[in-house]
Amino acid sequence: MKTPREPKYRKRIGYQAMLLGGFSTLATILLVMGNVSTKDNIIIRQQEDLQRSLAQVIPDDHYTNNLVENPLKISAHDGKSITIYRGIKNKQVSALAWEISGQGYAGEMRFILALDNTGKILGIRVLSHAETPGLGDKMEVAKDDWILEFNGLSLGNPAEEQWAVKKDGGQFDAFTGATITPRGIVKAIVDALKFYHHNKNQLSTLTLKDKPEIKMATGANPHEQ
Amino acid sequence: MSNDYRRIAKDGIWDNNIVFAQSLALCPLLAVSGTASNGLGMGIATTFVMIASGLIVAMLREVITPQVRIPVFILIIATLVTLVDLWMNAWLHDLHKVLGLFIPLIVTNCAILGRTESFASKNQVLPAMFDGLMMGMGFTMILVIMGIVREVLGSGTLFAGAALLLGQWASFLELEIISDYKGFLLIILPPGGFLVLGFLLAGKRLIDDALEKRKTHKEDSVAIDDASLVNS
Repeated sequence: MKTPREPKYRKRIGYQAMLLGGFSTLATILLVMGNVSTKDNIIIRQQEDLQRSLAQVIPDDHYTNNLVENPLKISAHDGKSITIYRGIKNKQVSALAWEISGQGYAGEMRFILALDNTGKILGIRVLSHAETPGLGDKMEVAKDDWILEFNGLSLGNPAEEQWAVKKDGGQFDAFTGATITPRGIVKAIVDALKFYHHNKNQLSTLTLKDKPEIKMATGANPHEQ
Repeated sequence: MSNDYRRIAKDGIWDNNIVFAQSLALCPLLAVSGTASNGLGMGIATTFVMIASGLIVAMLREVITPQVRIPVFILIIATLVTLVDLWMNAWLHDLHKVLGLFIPLIVTNCAILGRTESFASKNQVLPAMFDGLMMGMGFTMILVIMGIVREVLGSGTLFAGAALLLGQWASFLELEIISDYKGFLLIILPPGGFLVLGFLLAGKRLIDDALEKRKTHKEDSVAIDDASLVNS
């Protein structure tokens, strides 16, 4: 910026302010344009992601509808909302899937959990986590079969007090070198199962148009950590 | 003129390399260099932002006054990065899922602000863009080298997930170097990044020293030749 003879107006405070203001306006316009041009595409991509993770936990023969369509939105007493995706077959709710979260060693872990209409677990997959690679990441299906162990289980099979890692007197193996992670996962799952248990009738007898009152029993909030 | 460009290229890739010489951009470097593919993706995104910010800042260098240049540069860079973030989310979604967390970090990459401030704001458009390209390539090179070292030592693979980044044709790049490898956790975690970076920096110094020695040696022998010419 070596202009030998700088015009006087450049030194004025008004010019500086105009400059900053102008650039801010320009940046805003560009960002709005960028947002508008990518918004639809990003929503489609996110729906595809959701579809893919739902298809992983709900077996194909459990639904004939589009899983992403018409989800049930429930707002919990603490203001968080849960979106429950439903697999529908023969006009009956045959599978329910929603996102649960647990506290891991390095922060929140997010999972997608699917239950059939008797409350049995159809599948669980991790969506995101920040656990230590090589130690706490064995809940990823690509790394280990551990998470598949839960398939077919429900509240009562095993009994509620058995829903814990072996170290805590339960029946589930912890990973070598990581106890906090599986403990968090088991807790998240059992909370979700309790939530289903408390709201079983409302959740599984729905037709698409019903919007029943869902009660969030204390301690059964799937987002509780 | 071509000499200038050669100088810029040499600066960007080696002499004044963002990481090697300026020790900037270490945050994204350590964060994403766990695998070679991630490093490459981050490098390309950063290079793009550096070229674009070089272009814009060099174009506007007469308009922007020194007093407000820093906020204006940051605004330009932040806007560019946000646009890259949105575009990647829309059209390179799988890659965005891997790198998404780190893209906004490009804003905090002081190397970009550093180059706009120290080069683009004082030069014409073409050299500024070229400087952005070369600095970005230098950064990408380090990212990929570190990614390769950490990936091979840490997880025994090479370019895992390259097909996500470059398309299906790149799947031949994905190799399993050591089969049945248990993994070497230290290298994958941040300390591994620091270790590998330390070795790379030491390596650069060794090469520089060797080059320097050869140069002085050559000059010596030239001087001797001259001396013998005079004597004869």
